[in-house]
Amino acid sequence: MTEFLQHLVNGVSLGTIYALIALGYTMVYGVLKLINFAHGDVYMVGAFSGFYLANALGVARAPSLWKAFVVFVVSMMICALLGMVIERFAYRPLRRRARLTALITAIGVSFLLEYGFQLPSIPGLGIPFPPGPTPRFFPQPFQTVGWQPFGVYVSNYDVISFVVAVALMLALQYVVFKTRFGTAMRAVSFDSQVAGLMGINVNRVIAGTFALGSALAAAAALLFAGSRPKIDPLMGLTLGLKAFVAAVFGGIGNVPGAMVGGLLLGLAEEYVAGYTVSSYRDGIAFAFLIIVLLVRPEGLFGRVRAEKV
Amino acid sequence: MTPARAFGRSLLPFAIGLPVLVVLQGSLRGSASIILMAAGINVILAVSLNVVNGFTGQFSLGHAGFAAVGAYTAAKITTGLADVQIVGLPVGLSDELIFAAALAAGMVNAAIAGLVVGMPSLRLRGDYLAIVTLGFNEIIRVIIENTPFLGQATGISGLPARTNVLWVGMGIIATVCMAVRLAESTHGRALLAIREDEIAAEAMGVDTTGYKVRAFMISAAFAGLAGGLLVHLIQLCTPRSFTFVKSIEIVAMVVLGGMGSVTGSIVAALTLSLSLEGLRGVQQYRMVLYSLMLIVLMLVRPEGIFGTREIWDLLPRVFRRRGAPPPGTAEPGTGSGGKLA
Amino acid sequence: MRTPRFVVVLAATLAVAGCEKKQQGAPAQGGAGAAAGAAKAGGDTILLGHVGSMSGNEATFGASTDNGIRLALEEQNAKGGVKGKKLALKTLDNQGKPEESAVAATRLVTEDHVSVLLGEVASSRSLAMAPIADTYKVPMISPSSTNPRVTKDGQKTRPYVFRVCFIDPFQGTVMAKFARDTMKISRVAVLRDVGNDYSVGLADYFSAKFKELGGQIVADQSYKAGDQDFKAQLTAIRGRNPEAIYVPGYYTDVALIARQVRELGMKQPLMGGDGWDSAKLYEIAQGALDGSYFSNHYSHENPSPVIQDFVRRYKERFGEVPDGLAAMGYDAARVAIDAMNRAPDLSGAAIRDAIEQTKNFDGVTGTISIDQDHNAVKAAVVLAIRDNTAKYAATINP
Repeated sequence: MTEFLQHLVNGVSLGTIYALIALGYTMVYGVLKLINFAHGDVYMVGAFSGFYLANALGVARAPSLWKAFVVFVVSMMICALLGMVIERFAYRPLRRRARLTALITAIGVSFLLEYGFQLPSIPGLGIPFPPGPTPRFFPQPFQTVGWQPFGVYVSNYDVISFVVAVALMLALQYVVFKTRFGTAMRAVSFDSQVAGLMGINVNRVIAGTFALGSALAAAAALLFAGSRPKIDPLMGLTLGLKAFVAAVFGGIGNVPGAMVGGLLLGLAEEYVAGYTVSSYRDGIAFAFLIIVLLVRPEGLFGRVRAEKV
Repeated sequence: MTPARAFGRSLLPFAIGLPVLVVLQGSLRGSASIILMAAGINVILAVSLNVVNGFTGQFSLGHAGFAAVGAYTAAKITTGLADVQIVGLPVGLSDELIFAAALAAGMVNAAIAGLVVGMPSLRLRGDYLAIVTLGFNEIIRVIIENTPFLGQATGISGLPARTNVLWVGMGIIATVCMAVRLAESTHGRALLAIREDEIAAEAMGVDTTGYKVRAFMISAAFAGLAGGLLVHLIQLCTPRSFTFVKSIEIVAMVVLGGMGSVTGSIVAALTLSLSLEGLRGVQQYRMVLYSLMLIVLMLVRPEGIFGTREIWDLLPRVFRRRGAPPPGTAEPGTGSGGKLA
Repeated sequence: MRTPRFVVVLAATLAVAGCEKKQQGAPAQGGAGAAAGAAKAGGDTILLGHVGSMSGNEATFGASTDNGIRLALEEQNAKGGVKGKKLALKTLDNQGKPEESAVAATRLVTEDHVSVLLGEVASSRSLAMAPIADTYKVPMISPSSTNPRVTKDGQKTRPYVFRVCFIDPFQGTVMAKFARDTMKISRVAVLRDVGNDYSVGLADYFSAKFKELGGQIVADQSYKAGDQDFKAQLTAIRGRNPEAIYVPGYYTDVALIARQVRELGMKQPLMGGDGWDSAKLYEIAQGALDGSYFSNHYSHENPSPVIQDFVRRYKERFGEVPDGLAAMGYDAARVAIDAMNRAPDLSGAAIRDAIEQTKNFDGVTGTISIDQDHNAVKAAVVLAIRDNTAKYAATINP
């Protein structure tokens, strides 16, 4: 029973991270019908901006809460900007083209970020940028404190990351469903041409969507790196893939779906690895996904759209 | 056309290609030969993936998985039969025959894998299909890594060095002939119809799922061929050669060449493979330059190098084949692949 | 409008492809005759070739190895080179892929005519290079490929392939013996990197030996390199209550595993292999590894001047503490240099014979002798981690 509960805690802590990244995939897909392959690498850039900021502020020497807050918010802003830049230069010129075209530039951007960050540092810059392939230690804003209720180990990082993630998701839910921007976003996602005719600035909405998704990826990166303080240029590869799976699982294009999908994927992986053969962990996660898709091809929360001729 | 003539016609490209390949085989040495063979294997992979992604408009992200199935089948056969000689044949010929049989078995197994994956999943659309094929790719890798019979992470080493320019060349000719002739056939027209508008195709009485599954199987079989050739080139069969990153690289070749254009796939596969090779000397900067090239090429020419056209569509009309205009160019103005809003 | 632009792009791409072909075609024609023969040292330099993962997900290992090799060459050049000739290094990237390793090795051998081929870290990539070394009769030294099959072609030893590291059966056995005899434990859990032949090999040989010595493997879990979360596997291991956990992986993953072991409230020591050896391990683990043991080639504490000089010079040159892979790269290059010095001439066969005769070579990673299977015979040391640094604990001879 203890083991079962421990898996539950672990799974939720992992799942919330998947969910935050999956939100970026799903929102971009919603408005552009594009799998943003570079999203996992935006996540990586988020972790590294946090790393450089934390070092500049001296978080490792004198950790404090407000420094952590500054690092958190500024990293999110940097990634939001990065997301908008990627959209403007790699995707917007191809928006009226076949969808797979933008997919290839997405792959290109993804490679560019991954391999660009693996380059040796530029001398004379003062900071080690690009970071190079060696993993870096992410400075911790505060000490890890653990509790053990009923033999289940929970750390303060687990709690904080869960609370922040849920708060961000609630905030996003508010933005999407209660604000003018969110309404515009949903309109663009429903039919971008008609939305344009209704006076919505489609370009601005799409740029905003990228900014929002990328900022969430940065938040996920910092929450994740706080308790697992190893960051490297390829850290977004596997995690991005899994988050994408989670987004599809929940019904891609659907915001609550991504949250539930991420959480369920985290739990599924955790229980599969914990109770069966862990060497099949990835395989079983995918097999599970495939079965779900075969039974419910539109994902858990996706709507079946009648196909028009 | 009588069956005999049709048979003769299908052998024609091989008959023309064989002398050229024999000369190449005799004249190429060392790095030139291995670089061309590696690029040629990429051509096979790209052209075969084009059947699914280009002709049919389905989005498969698991091509390396099928290549792995073919590769492991062929590798198991050639290592298992390493000491066997077919009675009454000289050693060299017997080895080549065993290799041919191993490649064929690899193609069959890959096709079966294509059927198993395709049957349930081709009901899914677009990105869901992508994730299922990608998942399949990962599942294949996980299975290999957990099976001692397949050598787990180290893979199967000590394969005989059977792949040469001749084999790769024949593989390319076979794949290209398959793709070109498929595109011109009734079957191919059905696939193009599915790509342009699946619902309309279904309304016209095209068995969409059936055609898609068959296209998937054909594509998988040739991926299996490429896998078999690759592992006998480097004499090693490991799961590291067939990751989903490899699948993504093949998709990039297809889209860059132009969805549905066989010539485009060939040119793109050669361009990407050879320019990556040319950039090898610049170390870490290689992949950065490669990714920039990918982005710039796509921005400059979004429909791919060739769009949906083939090289012979660009020749003056007199040189074109008689009969119906080539597929995909019925309306040159609007024919660029997959008008997905 | 469509056609002209189209033609321009087509012409440009064909031009790119055309240039590549020409570039590669030209040297190959010249190389056709020379390829089969020995590597010709051009002019007054001797060229060594390194195939390494300079990009891709194992780039950090490739970069370390390359630094180690460079340092060895620079030192030798400062001493006047080999046979009056300067040494030069050409490194080709393989992106961590076996098929690219084969192409890169062929290019180094047939285009650049390198005298010695160095590489690769991972066995699955060295295995793709080994047939090429044999075919073109160029000696190849792998710095850190531990799979027994690397130097073997079926039952017989590959004539031109050598290594300067342990093989898996030896290192796995070392830790099993140490666990039974010194740590006196009988219940061990194994956590292996299932996608990595090094890790799988060590885990298998460790388990076999440990069971043979009367121990019990209570859990066998796996992860994949690059994973960030190991708590599922560790929670399952915790339920079996082992006395220690054997994690034969690379430091990039082990540091996080160690932290998560402690976060789950587990007090057991961890055990590992030479893949742990890096300053990054302690930087990231932050004390989580205290009480753990790993087998290695050498100890940083060892006062031997070879080791201390290497560590100091490496820090001066590259600004960081060398990891195990850098030390292995350094030794591989020095074994090659030593053999070239001893060889009567610089033909592939002569260098090969000289490498084969390497006896009691005083390397950073131990005293290296090459046995008849072309493996390095050297003692292993077991290091204990205390106060977040590795301390010498025991020496185990082969």
